[in-house]
Amino acid sequence: MTGIELRSLRKTYSGNDVLHGLDLTVTPGEFLVLLGPSGCGKSTLMRMIAGLEAVTTGDILIDGRRVNDIEPRARGCAMVFQNYALYPHMSVSQNIGYALKVAGVPKAERQARISAVAGSLALTDFLDRKPSQLSGGQRQRVAMGRAMIRSPRVFLYDEPLSNLDAKLRVAMRLEIRRLHQKLGTTTVFVTHDQVEAMTLADRIVVMNAGRIEQVGTPSEVYQHPQSTFVAEFIGAPGMGLVDAIADPKRGVLCLGDGQEVRFDAARWPDLPHGAVRLGLRAEEIGITAHPSAHTVMARVELIENIGPHRHAHLSLSGCNLIAQVPNDFALQSGAQVAIGFDMAALQLFDPATGRRHAGQNVPLAERIAATV
Amino acid sequence: MNKRATFSNSWLAAALLLPQLLLVFIFFYWPSGEALWWSFTLERPFGGGNEWVGFYNYLSVLQDSRYWGSVRVSVIFAIAASALSILLALMLAVFVDRRMRGHQILKTGFFLPYALAAPAVGLAFRFIFAPDAGLIAGINRVFPGLWNPALDGNDALTLIILAQAWSLVGYNFIFFLAGLQSIPRALLEAGAMDGAGPLRRVWDLQLPLLAPTLFFLLVINITDSFVNSFGIVDIVTSGGPARATELMVYKVYTDGFQGKDSSLAATQSVILMVLIMALTFVQFRFIERKVHYN
Repeated sequence: MTGIELRSLRKTYSGNDVLHGLDLTVTPGEFLVLLGPSGCGKSTLMRMIAGLEAVTTGDILIDGRRVNDIEPRARGCAMVFQNYALYPHMSVSQNIGYALKVAGVPKAERQARISAVAGSLALTDFLDRKPSQLSGGQRQRVAMGRAMIRSPRVFLYDEPLSNLDAKLRVAMRLEIRRLHQKLGTTTVFVTHDQVEAMTLADRIVVMNAGRIEQVGTPSEVYQHPQSTFVAEFIGAPGMGLVDAIADPKRGVLCLGDGQEVRFDAARWPDLPHGAVRLGLRAEEIGITAHPSAHTVMARVELIENIGPHRHAHLSLSGCNLIAQVPNDFALQSGAQVAIGFDMAALQLFDPATGRRHAGQNVPLAERIAATV
Repeated sequence: MNKRATFSNSWLAAALLLPQLLLVFIFFYWPSGEALWWSFTLERPFGGGNEWVGFYNYLSVLQDSRYWGSVRVSVIFAIAASALSILLALMLAVFVDRRMRGHQILKTGFFLPYALAAPAVGLAFRFIFAPDAGLIAGINRVFPGLWNPALDGNDALTLIILAQAWSLVGYNFIFFLAGLQSIPRALLEAGAMDGAGPLRRVWDLQLPLLAPTLFFLLVINITDSFVNSFGIVDIVTSGGPARATELMVYKVYTDGFQGKDSSLAATQSVILMVLIMALTFVQFRFIERKVHYN
């Protein structure tokens, strides 16, 4: 199994930094997803690993060997391209077998390996067709077959599902995950779709503007986003952010409109007095018919029906929040409602840097038990 | 949706079409018709009367070994010049497509020869390859008589082939470059990931995908070599030495305007016309059924 290591990797296009010195380790056998909005440098990073882009400064190591100046073909990576990049003049079997042909593998062995790969991807009936005669999903599988046949040390996927329709995307996602479970090959997968990232990844690398915002398992990234960027980017909908002034001595967060939220100040013993940003996920906000000392008032702007539940878009002291509401809960847009938060899930961010106030990650109940 | 302009007044439409129709008629259909008529008659050199002879002219042309000599030279010329020009243009286009240093300037530079008139090209080649004062003069001094287009028929043919190929390179180059740039970059990257080096990628990926362009250019180049080579031949060799470079189109000129045998010249030009029509037909058939990937 193969590991990849990036050491202060930088990429500059005509004087502009695209990647600002990244450090990252991909552990052997891992499924790593590079996630970020378009233009964040995730594809560039993958293409540098593949050898399709030159490294400006820094090092790329595959299996401990520096590969900066090594040709793509010698790096042992196979790549699935966004538009599949199938050779239009070659049949499916020629497409899949091209790497072997270039490598000079004898024809008999080539045929055997092509039919093995085609069989595992349900492509056996299409081996003589040209790519133009295939559906999107079939083309996608040919592209995967072309990568698989070389038994590469590393799989690279460059947004491979973005050209498929929604249903096929889910099916192919499963297939990719299944392939990884079967082969256990180290995989780097680029996407801008956070659902894809959450479902596929062992670890997610969230990237923004050429920097790594956070590296973590899907649940780490979802539950403990290290920055407001990650908080808003991950999850559908993303985390709602509300500006406030923290008053740790009194144990309250003062919202802009004068309302106050009591919070567990003991969880953030080092929190200074001053501006903070509250982070709350939709499922951690409850709307209640009974205002109390633990609730604040917000205005319902809009209600979206999702299916299993509804999303209420709220305005709380001028900031936008989304709350998850059961379908049978009576609610009208324009109404003033009382909302309460799951305080154990509350995240606080520094508005100046965007970084998360770490605090202690001890669940509330245990800390209450300790003080009693 | 019908995007054609429609005229309720058909006289206006006719009036607008008239100038173009007149031009085509006067400069193409009339002379062509006249040539066709002359090829079946014996025409007096200075006009005034003619005599219907049926296929006599065609028979005498086709039985003339000098005519077949010019056909042979024309075919060699067309194939060699087209192949050479296409090969050179393809090489240049591949280099420019790889974005080597200075490719922007070179792109314009490589296209420029196409802007030159054939006689200018001919004159330049005549001087550059002059046996006593040109580029090869130095070699000729060491090996006397190695290169002399004025005496050696093969040298002369080589020279006009070079000139014709050179004048077509620019045109071919632009088509090849456009073709190469329309190949998605990801395809070549996939090739690189599959282990193919640059040359292998040219051979396995770029060339097959350029096949439609290649075929189109081959037909255009051969057609051009048959009909547009007059300027070069006239300036560089005047068909000599000893008819070694007398291409079909040049023989039409010498027989008609120097030999004053209008009927024989007309017959040859009709044969040439039929040949060009056949080539054009092949090309149209091909463009209609153009190979489309994806």
